Amino acid sequence: MKPPPLLVHVAVLLGAAFAAAYAAAAADPQPTRQRELVSMVRQDCGSCHGLTLAGGLGPALLPHALAEKPVDSMVATVMNGRPGTAMPGWSRFMSEPEAEWVVRELMRGFPAAGEAR
Amino acid sequence: MKLARLLFAVPCAALLLAGCASNPAPRGTGDLGLIIERANGQVAVVSHTTRERLATVPGLGDLSHAHVTYSRDGRYGYVFGRDGGLTKVDLLRARIDRRIIQAGNSIGGSISQDGRLVVAQNYDPGGIKVFDADTLEQLSEVPAEYAPGQRAKVVGLADLPGQRFAYALFEAGEIWVTDLSDPRKPRTQRFTAGRQPYDALVTPDGRHFIAGLFGEDGLAMLDIWHKERGVQKILAGYGKGEEALPVYKMPHLRGWAVAGGHAYLPAIGRHEVLVVDTRTWQEVARIPVHSQPVFVMARPDGRQVWVNFAFPDNAKVQVIDTQERRVIDTLEPGRAVLHMEFTPRGEAVWVSSRDDNKVVVYDTETRKPVAELPAAHPSGIFFTSRAVRIGF
Ligand code: HEC
Repeated sequence: MKPPPLLVHVAVLLGAAFAAAYAAAAADPQPTRQRELVSMVRQDCGSCHGLTLAGGLGPALLPHALAEKPVDSMVATVMNGRPGTAMPGWSRFMSEPEAEWVVRELMRGFPAAGEAR
Repeated sequence: MKLARLLFAVPCAALLLAGCASNPAPRGTGDLGLIIERANGQVAVVSHTTRERLATVPGLGDLSHAHVTYSRDGRYGYVFGRDGGLTKVDLLRARIDRRIIQAGNSIGGSISQDGRLVVAQNYDPGGIKVFDADTLEQLSEVPAEYAPGQRAKVVGLADLPGQRFAYALFEAGEIWVTDLSDPRKPRTQRFTAGRQPYDALVTPDGRHFIAGLFGEDGLAMLDIWHKERGVQKILAGYGKGEEALPVYKMPHLRGWAVAGGHAYLPAIGRHEVLVVDTRTWQEVARIPVHSQPVFVMARPDGRQVWVNFAFPDNAKVQVIDTQERRVIDTLEPGRAVLHMEFTPRGEAVWVSSRDDNKVVVYDTETRKPVAELPAAHPSGIFFTSRAVRIGF
């Protein structure tokens, strides 16, 4: 017996949502790695974006400044940099899921040095 | 609470004045300095004679990328904080004399030839601001408005003889020279410099202003004695068209790079120090080093040049012998070496290690550590001998 099409849809959608949620959780870096990333962002991104991320040679990376920006493109910026600007790529120092975690944390309000989420 | 104890232990013993019952002997300021402790927004007052912390002055706000310029008597350090704070610190009384918030985002400042004006260079709002050095009253401002409604970040501010200041505009690719003979009526001249100047220096005689360019292979030089000649490109094409490496931290330029008729400059995006003859401004050598240089500083006698490096290679310091033009020593002072400062005659150099929370003092001849001072995430080290140098 074929299930009604609507149900299939709902099931697929729910499945996708769970998969996405699960993937996000699974992709979150371990707490020790989170602390490393937090310190890297504060100190080494901070040398251009400011220790408080309020901006420097690079723009502010505070939640209100990033609110309207697509996550994907910011993750790409962090991984590959922006040619022709002073923004370097960081793929040597973090994986793409880690860059995505960093971007999402920036959008939420970045943890203080020494903290993990 | 080590810091607090130090604070209470020393003021009478070490510093002048301020109602100490024991009436301490007066002291000069020539061997004092400030170390930025950026983790908690404070500065350490130190002596480079006794190699110790004399006192701690808290309450200076966000000190990432902080810079200090000194009053000509070396008593007051003007500390420019990233958050736009400008704090006048009294080194003898070990306390804040005055403090204002002058901008939203600042990266440094400088003092005029006659010591009466302090000038801040700001990212936001982009421009310079002029203050009375005694009172910190704002006297005037030059917005870095290079096109209608567009303001650039100001980098590389340097004092020049004649109450003038030179600086570069990052987005505009220009060098501006502002005359503050009448401090309430600044007069500014503009020069085209090149793509994305990131920092600049003036030679110790106050004559040549040189801006490093991020967006070009080369540097922009303005001869202040012959401004009519405009900006000249030097070291053009030093990268020889090769792809530059990603730059994780911008180098810093200052007059300390010039010694013995040569300038020693960081090559941006390369593991090299460039050597230029300051009479002809031609490249005479390039010295391979450990990684991308951040500070390239000549010992005051010019015989050695000390270099630190950008993330992720910032745990090392290299020493170049300027006669042999090669690296003669590689040191590991600690993690995240952010800054170095020579004593006025160069027998010692102080090196800050942010991640190991210490400042290490080296004998520059033996290159052995001779002292270590605990400090909370130290970054810049600034000795009062800067007070008597053009371009500091
Ligand atoms: C050497 C300087 C420098 C460093 C270090 C640096 N950035 Fe940037 N960053 C920039 C500049 C300059 C821009 C603006 C690029 C442009 O003009 O489009 C930028 C842009 C960005 C953007 C896009 C913001 C927007 O508004 O679109 C993000 C996100 C970002 N950086 C994150 C980071 C992270 C995370 C790090 C550390 C892992 C980092 N940056 C380190 C200079 C830097």
